[in-house]
Amino acid sequence: SQRMLKQTLFNLLKKTLAKPGVKNIVLVEGVRTPFLLSGTTYADLMPHDLARAALQGLLHKTSLPKDAVDYIIYGTVIQEVKTSNVAREASLGAGFSDKIPSHTVTMACISSNVAMTTGVGLITAGQCDTIVAGGVEFMSDVPIRHSRKMRKTMLALNRAKTLGQRLSLIGSIRMAHLTPELPAVAEFSTAETMGHSADRLAAAFGVTRLEQDEFALRSHTLAKQAQDAGLLSDVISFKVPGRDTVAKDNGIRPSSMEQLAKLKPAFIKPHGTVTAANSSFLTDGASAVLIMSEEKALAMGYKPKAYLRDFVFVSQDPKDQLLLGPAYGTPKVLARAGLTMDDIDVFEFHEAFAGQIMANLKALDSDWFAQTYMGRKVKVGAPAMEKFNLWGGSLSLGHPFGATGCRLVTTVAHRLLKEGGQYGLVAACAAGGQGHAMVIEAYPQ
Amino acid sequence: FDVAVIRMNDPNSKVNTLSVRMQNEIIEVFNEVLANDAVQSAVLISSKPGCFIAGADINMIQACNTSEEVTKLSQEGQKMFERIEKSPKPIVAAINGSCLGGGLEFAIACQYRVATKSKKTVLGTPEVMLGLLPGAGGTQRLPKMVGIPGAFDMMLTGRNIKADKAKKMGLVHQLVDPLGPGLKSPEERTIEYLEEVAIQCARGIVHKKILLTKKKGMMQKVQDYVMGIAFVRQQIYKNVNGKVMKMSKGLYPAPLKIIESVKAGLEQGPDSGYLAEAQNFGKLAMTSESNALIGLYHGQVACKKNRFGVPERPVKNLAILGAGLMGAGIAQVTVDKGIHTVLKDTTVEGLSRGQQQVYKGLNDKIKKKAITSFERDSTLSSLTGQLDYSGFEKADMVIEAVFEDINIKHRVIKEVEAVIPPHCIFATNTSALPIKDIAAASMRPEKVIGMHYFSPVDKMQLLEIITTDKTSKDTTASAVAVGLKQGKVIIVVGDGPGFYTTRCLAPMLAEAVRVLQEGVNPKKLDALTTGFGFPVGAATLADEVGIDVAAHVAEDLGKAFGSRFGGGNVDVLKTMVERGFKGRKSGKGCYVYTPGLKSKDVNPDIDDLLEKFKLTPNPSVSSDSDVQYRLVSRFVNEAVMCLQEGILNGPVEGDIGAVFGLGFPPCLGGPFRFVDTFGADKLVAKMRRYEEVYGNHFTPCQLLLDHAKDSNKRFHK
Repeated sequence: SQRMLKQTLFNLLKKTLAKPGVKNIVLVEGVRTPFLLSGTTYADLMPHDLARAALQGLLHKTSLPKDAVDYIIYGTVIQEVKTSNVAREASLGAGFSDKIPSHTVTMACISSNVAMTTGVGLITAGQCDTIVAGGVEFMSDVPIRHSRKMRKTMLALNRAKTLGQRLSLIGSIRMAHLTPELPAVAEFSTAETMGHSADRLAAAFGVTRLEQDEFALRSHTLAKQAQDAGLLSDVISFKVPGRDTVAKDNGIRPSSMEQLAKLKPAFIKPHGTVTAANSSFLTDGASAVLIMSEEKALAMGYKPKAYLRDFVFVSQDPKDQLLLGPAYGTPKVLARAGLTMDDIDVFEFHEAFAGQIMANLKALDSDWFAQTYMGRKVKVGAPAMEKFNLWGGSLSLGHPFGATGCRLVTTVAHRLLKEGGQYGLVAACAAGGQGHAMVIEAYPQ
Repeated sequence: FDVAVIRMNDPNSKVNTLSVRMQNEIIEVFNEVLANDAVQSAVLISSKPGCFIAGADINMIQACNTSEEVTKLSQEGQKMFERIEKSPKPIVAAINGSCLGGGLEFAIACQYRVATKSKKTVLGTPEVMLGLLPGAGGTQRLPKMVGIPGAFDMMLTGRNIKADKAKKMGLVHQLVDPLGPGLKSPEERTIEYLEEVAIQCARGIVHKKILLTKKKGMMQKVQDYVMGIAFVRQQIYKNVNGKVMKMSKGLYPAPLKIIESVKAGLEQGPDSGYLAEAQNFGKLAMTSESNALIGLYHGQVACKKNRFGVPERPVKNLAILGAGLMGAGIAQVTVDKGIHTVLKDTTVEGLSRGQQQVYKGLNDKIKKKAITSFERDSTLSSLTGQLDYSGFEKADMVIEAVFEDINIKHRVIKEVEAVIPPHCIFATNTSALPIKDIAAASMRPEKVIGMHYFSPVDKMQLLEIITTDKTSKDTTASAVAVGLKQGKVIIVVGDGPGFYTTRCLAPMLAEAVRVLQEGVNPKKLDALTTGFGFPVGAATLADEVGIDVAAHVAEDLGKAFGSRFGGGNVDVLKTMVERGFKGRKSGKGCYVYTPGLKSKDVNPDIDDLLEKFKLTPNPSVSSDSDVQYRLVSRFVNEAVMCLQEGILNGPVEGDIGAVFGLGFPPCLGGPFRFVDTFGADKLVAKMRRYEEVYGNHFTPCQLLLDHAKDSNKRFHK
């Protein structure tokens, strides 16, 4: 078509982001399990089961020999204590050679981003050529602990030598000992829950409830369209032991503005604007990507999907700027890559909350914010909405914390292929007031 | 525009106060709101970040000459707030920052209150601390709003209440979170957000989505029932009255008038209640106690300013020598003010004790929910504990808090000056050694200054800064700036033995020893001093300061000032020290201290010790009242002498130093205000009587004699 032709001509004029003396690193393939609302079909699994499914899906899709990988890295947030190095348990279970070392990383919602960039680092340093990176999150089961008092008593009981000592320890147990300790949903440094912070962030940027509901509806609508059109080709089907085969995300629910307006605020009551419907939901899921040096990929006969280019990690005040990672990361990574907002054809931002996305877009579009908080002379501008999260996002597809990063990168690669663009940009926020952004370049087809 | 927004902003001040002008403007705006048919409700908000209304204008009250005038002011306020309360159009008070005194009374007259959870948002009725009462309906509305016990607690303590507590008490209806950076500054946007939420509330009330009469819970119903029983109320009045009398020794009239006003309203109906409130307010405004307390308030404000200007370079790195009680205390009040603090000691044990003290101080704040554990950790990251002088080349100021021995201080100053940069200030924390003697060992005396902290440093508000002839103005400015950052009330005095505070205390303690020798036991001595208004009795004070320190100071100052500083025999103190009675820190002094026990008994071994030094009292100057005036007059005379000699910059600093550093009775407002109120002539007459018996210990100084001769001469205008 004429549009494709125009795009091709345009791409020819654009420069590639390859840097002399730096290895080209490519994304060969990316897959993920269907993302399911926690407590649904995956409920009886363990985290490494999900990661295993994603790894097997990747092996299957790429026909990669099981001993051809140099290193495996996984990201996760809430750790199952039995499988604290979930990367190792999952890779062994997925049938990878036991000679392949694997480790687990954690950086809240950008954990799998760290898994990928760790792989990029290993390739750039010449240590490895072939990396599998991924992420997994399993919210259907979380570690709930005995109280500190009870743990202390139990550990002392272990060491007790006489019956008398044991009896006196058991006798010391009180009702208060039995109160369980749930994993903190709040930021450790500030004790504020993320939803509460998101609501304050939305208010700080003057994001209205209407704007948030509209964006949430957009996310679900676009996700549904993408799902129906078969665009979500990174999703593999997964036969869940003891259950049916799942092949689709189950959190996509396009509703109506009227329905959305009925919900009460979930965090700041009664005047807050963040609701269950304009927030991402608790999700189970895993993702995996195959990252290689370009040379190696070509030598093994692969057709890479995209180049992984410049990336940045940013961090800021975990209290008042908890979720502004994309606003800080985007200008920084663009500057590193020597690109402007207009150069980017595909944007994939992690949608933690509709209010958080709108706040980030407003921050990017504000000269005052750029000058006051980012030390920039002018704003970079907000991304054009017709390039932004066109196949849905975390609000609708779901957000398994540790797994979302790989989904974003794979989606950019797939959208660049589908839409014919040259550059894509991934940006995400994470607990702790951190963030990540990466530029991805289409691989010449 | 169904909701009218009334924004308060006094253009001439940093804070909003309820002045006559502001009140008139409010009435004018309120009339407009009522007259405009389009307006259905209103929001009352301040445009000032950090302040809703800080209170009534004190000058407005002080300008009155009679209690009738003040009563009239009160009644005008009552009338205005009554109109607000009865307004047919709901008014929502949107509170961000201080909402105190008259400001709180205004807010509770409104139909609904929304407040931000900002740390600056505090609600309270501090009038009692100025010797007054909430005189614009506060004593009548608060009991209904927060219950009788809660209202008494608020009005009798005058304490500040934070937003979340206020919500729990029923003082505010809804809370709003402070916002961070957005498209405007956080402060500006937070006020805007508060206004938006308040407007929603106002509409909600008009459209009956928010009901003003809340359904009462079971607890509330039970409480209401209990409080409805006259006998229960009588018991409460009695109980509260008893507590107040015990705490105030009857020296402060305001708390009693508060109880009286509340009682009048509850027992005889609102008309009597409001009348009692207005009349009592008028009476209190004319009392010397209120005058004294207001004077202290003004003095405190003045002593929170740096009259030496902005220092050339701010202190960013502070090193403290000695991790004892003092050194660690200074570290504790410094480390959380954005100043990197080095705490140096000579032994690991001493250092660990000091570090633990700082840690505990911060940790206790977590228990009070003043800070989070994360804030504690990040604050502690600014504290470095060490045994050597590494890093001292970056120090902007060194405060030494080592043992009070001139030779040790000389050694330390030489060691330190070898490692610090040229601009670094050397401050010495001593309670009696003249600074010029310490500075004699310095290569750069212009950088040497005294910073006399009071123990416990984190609780005592006063900092006495001592300058020598050679101390440069910039050094002084810098020391004051650091002290202000530490949250201190500061007096800057001239150099001399004992400076100002220790010098005033020494003759009083000498007199206290004499009183003990004359057979008054420590408990009686304490009762006499606290009965005069001192928060801590003289015998307890000696134990707190340390008998060894007291002996040391008595001896040093005795040498410096001669027989005038005599009185009790210094050997009493010395013998006590020899026998291990060093005061609280050694477990025994005038009293015996048992860890974990609050009550204390008189040290039984002290009786025979005092017996050895027994003096025969002269009955003509030994009545309870005479003993009190003997103690106080020596203190006051010495204070006046410090002004006469130019040690003090003025009577204001003298009063502040005596009250905040030494516990001089706040109801008397300090030694100088005491002379003004009591009459210099009357005081001199008393002293002459004592002089006849005891000699020059009681000889009034020239300045006091001048004031006695001319009744127009006053220390305070």
